[in-house]
Amino acid sequence: MAHATGIKYLKEKSLPLMWCPGCGNGIVLGALVRAFEELGLKKHETVVVTGIGCWGKADDYLLTNALHTTHGRALAFATGIKAYQPGLNVVVLMGDGDGVTIGGNHFLHAARRNIDLTAVVVNNYNYGMTGGQVSGTTPAEHYTTTTVYGNPERELDPCAVAAAAGANYVARGTAYHGWELKEMIKEAITKKGFSLVEVASPCPTHYGRYNEMKTALAMLRWLKEKAVPLKTYEQLEEPEKEGCFPVGRLVSRDAPDFNARY
Amino acid sequence: MPQQPRLLQGNQAIVEGALYAGARFYAGYPITPSSEIAEECARLLPRVGGVYLQMEDEIASIAAVIGASLAGAKAFTATSGPGFSLMQENLGLAVMGEVPCVIINVQRSGPSTGLATKPAQADVMQLRWGRHGDQCLIALSPASVKECFYLTVTAFNFAEKYRVPVVIGADEIVAHMRENFTVPAPGEVEVIERKKPTGPPENYLPFAPEEDGIAPLAAYGSPYIFHLTSSMHGPDGYSNNDPANAAWRVAQLHRKIERYRDEIVLTQSFEAEEAEVLIITFGATTRAARAAAKQARARGIKAGVLQLVTLWPFPDKEVAALGERANTVIVPEMNYAGQVAGEVQRVLGPAKDLRRVNKYNGEVLTPAEILQAMA
Ligand SMILES: Cc1ncc(C[n+]2csc(CCOP(=O)(O)OP(=O)(O)O)c2C)c(N)n1
Ligand code: SF4
Repeated sequence: MAHATGIKYLKEKSLPLMWCPGCGNGIVLGALVRAFEELGLKKHETVVVTGIGCWGKADDYLLTNALHTTHGRALAFATGIKAYQPGLNVVVLMGDGDGVTIGGNHFLHAARRNIDLTAVVVNNYNYGMTGGQVSGTTPAEHYTTTTVYGNPERELDPCAVAAAAGANYVARGTAYHGWELKEMIKEAITKKGFSLVEVASPCPTHYGRYNEMKTALAMLRWLKEKAVPLKTYEQLEEPEKEGCFPVGRLVSRDAPDFNARY
Repeated sequence: MPQQPRLLQGNQAIVEGALYAGARFYAGYPITPSSEIAEECARLLPRVGGVYLQMEDEIASIAAVIGASLAGAKAFTATSGPGFSLMQENLGLAVMGEVPCVIINVQRSGPSTGLATKPAQADVMQLRWGRHGDQCLIALSPASVKECFYLTVTAFNFAEKYRVPVVIGADEIVAHMRENFTVPAPGEVEVIERKKPTGPPENYLPFAPEEDGIAPLAAYGSPYIFHLTSSMHGPDGYSNNDPANAAWRVAQLHRKIERYRDEIVLTQSFEAEEAEVLIITFGATTRAARAAAKQARARGIKAGVLQLVTLWPFPDKEVAALGERANTVIVPEMNYAGQVAGEVQRVLGPAKDLRRVNKYNGEVLTPAEILQAMA
């Protein structure tokens, strides 16, 4: 069987991608459209809702329906679409700043409502588009253009938050593991209720540069080494966990979703 | 069965108007003095197959309304000053994306939390200028329970016809007042639906106006796939950085309203044609103005009233026509700065004998206070 390319969902006229060389966004976009193709999603029945940021520009390359919204609010727009037309596939693309920092409140409540949306949050640990400032997911003590002495605040774990707030599906992948990522996105779209796929992703231009991973290669190597499958991660001793994060399917449950309850 | 008169509150009449117009989606966040609108929607919308959502805040409320509208619903929300402030950024998206929707702002006393349960008319400028950037929308202001109903129908009609958000700048007085009102039978009042695309779906351009100056709008899920963005965009809805396109687009957002200005600008006049003293008013203050004019006429003063039903676009022509003829113009309003008086002065010029009556203590403006200005 030929592998899915997802090309029929891509607006080829808009290529090449605007993202920096070495940015993870292109890999995530590739996984997304391959997932669409493998699931056989119809373009007219699919709405991609994006926030503002580098990753939020992804809709520029898509041929599905799209709504490019305001910074942090994509989930709220998507909620209106899905609540009124439950038959649509609604996929929401947000950066970490967009999705869980400025948009934190909407993120919490979309998960609590368990509304049947698929959120793909590309976490590059900083604000890429505005030049590499600190984000709600920047690890403590890490460097950004606004934490030049190290981040005095702690990072938020989007997966833990979504799980606690009631999401039916929570998974974490990386831009290094493209095939696994595609599989997670497929599961997330198929799952009823709120789904989150967090994608650890390189921003060599800003985050990498300030945190001793100047090259795209260094960032990918970091993802390869520090992303540990959940089962393995759970067996690690505390000191070994240092700097690592679990990947894979973290939550999968079948609580009734918003539209089922309404 | 003939419709029976009912004792309705202004807020209830707004919901009746919305349902009459075909509204099937409401998302909001409770705030006095608008909360009855949410409660009525929660009760009534599910009965007609509609959706009610209480969102996490007003930012999300207007966002969900815009999303639902693009999914094909006639959609609306209601709030008061603090919530209306929160909605501004996304309301700008509705202007930019030409998304039909209706926002009810039941004005209350401010600034900030102010006198949270008391009336004011101090958001007139916010209705027009609350958002950043070059933009315009339509704002209407009801003076009675009856007008709450009819202007809500009109608001949906304007929103759908011109692809623009329409704001109803009500106030606590009309919102909480109860009057007898008979909801008209279906078909009695015109209800306008948005223009849908025709022709081959692959040729659909969601931002290319047709001869009437308005682009057709599909609904997500139809064969007409479309992109909509808060960013500057071309006719296909994809982002576009070309300066010529940007200039055209910004002008288009204004032009479509300017073109239909005469249909959009609604006013009512009461003995205003021969008036030597003209009271220019809007919203609940219209009631005090009409009472004051009546008392003045009883005393032999030729007084009349021009009610601005549409606040934005501002009724320049109507104000000029009647205002220039009058010797004295009085503008009573429930705000400090004279937000409408300033516009009237702009239209009539600095030489006009224009008297402002401003009340901003959370109490209702009275006929006696307007009469005093005639002395
Ligand atoms: C209300 C508002 N505040 C600030 C901005 C500026 N802004 C644009 S993108 C962005 C952050 C983007 O970071 P993230 O969401 O992590 O996405 P990335 O660019 O890293 O993909 C900010 C602060 C904005 N567009 N709107
Ligand atoms: S700034 Fe970072 S996130 Fe943005 S395109 Fe460049 S590498 Fe990607």
